[in-house]
Amino acid sequence: MFDYFNPYRIFKINSTLQKIVFFCFVLVLSAGLLEALFLSPEDYLQKDSVRIMYVHVPAAWISLGIFSVIAILSFSVFVFKNKNFILISKSLAPSGILFTLIALVTGSIWGKPTWGTWWAWDARITSMLILFILYSLYLLSFRIFEDQDRSNKISSIIAIVGAVNIPIIKFSVDWWNTLHQPASISLVEKSAIHSSMLVPLIIMTAAFALFSVLIFLMKYNTELIKIKNKGLKRL
Amino acid sequence: MISDLIFMNGYGVYVWSAFAFTLIGFLSLYFIINLQLKKEQKRFEENFSALKEEKYNVAINQEIYKEILKNSGSKI
Repeated sequence: MFDYFNPYRIFKINSTLQKIVFFCFVLVLSAGLLEALFLSPEDYLQKDSVRIMYVHVPAAWISLGIFSVIAILSFSVFVFKNKNFILISKSLAPSGILFTLIALVTGSIWGKPTWGTWWAWDARITSMLILFILYSLYLLSFRIFEDQDRSNKISSIIAIVGAVNIPIIKFSVDWWNTLHQPASISLVEKSAIHSSMLVPLIIMTAAFALFSVLIFLMKYNTELIKIKNKGLKRL
Repeated sequence: MISDLIFMNGYGVYVWSAFAFTLIGFLSLYFIINLQLKKEQKRFEENFSALKEEKYNVAINQEIYKEILKNSGSKI
């Protein structure tokens, strides 16, 4: 099974995929922006400010998704001792931290016209800020510790411990009284959002997902070349 | 019509700044990662060219090295 995670195999697929993913990303993002900014209707209550949802929500979803994958892979590093999982996790983290930052900043911008404030120490916002700190610590651990085994161990521990924050973010709106409304979209129940708003939201989510795949492919190849550079010196 | 799109009933400044921040974030990350990739590819090519003949012959037969060189557009 781990042959699928063979670095050479991934590198070869990556190189071919990069251009295709880039093309798809530009195409889907253009369609998403057209829908989100011009074609979708305004909300009856929030008016045009609702359009911020099309960047805020997908960014939050993807940042959570990426951290969940990093946590699972980090746990797998300890179980299966496969160092390629670290390489995959490390390559996923840059887009994860960017999406967390986008979710925080666009949320703050959305908060001003909706709640009348740029920032509130609300459970959802605070737990998202913690996620940003976790991403920062995760990425910093590779820079701070020179010993590779040590940095791998510490980064994995950060990801595994940080995974506790994922259900907190998800259920914070149910567990505490927050400024955020409860989830409007569920995989098991009918969506509370009208299709005219759901379609652009899905398109923008697809565009954001494609961007994170593109960054992953590029970062993975960079990290692998870095390793092979060291390997050349040892030949 | 155009001013409606720009001002968005007074919410334009919030909506456009949120979208602008997102797109600037995308562009910045893309260029940073692309720059890192190009830098590593260049460094790899330099290290590869500097190999002595014996080591060069070993390295050139390895699939992963061939693939890296092919992707960096190397003439080696």
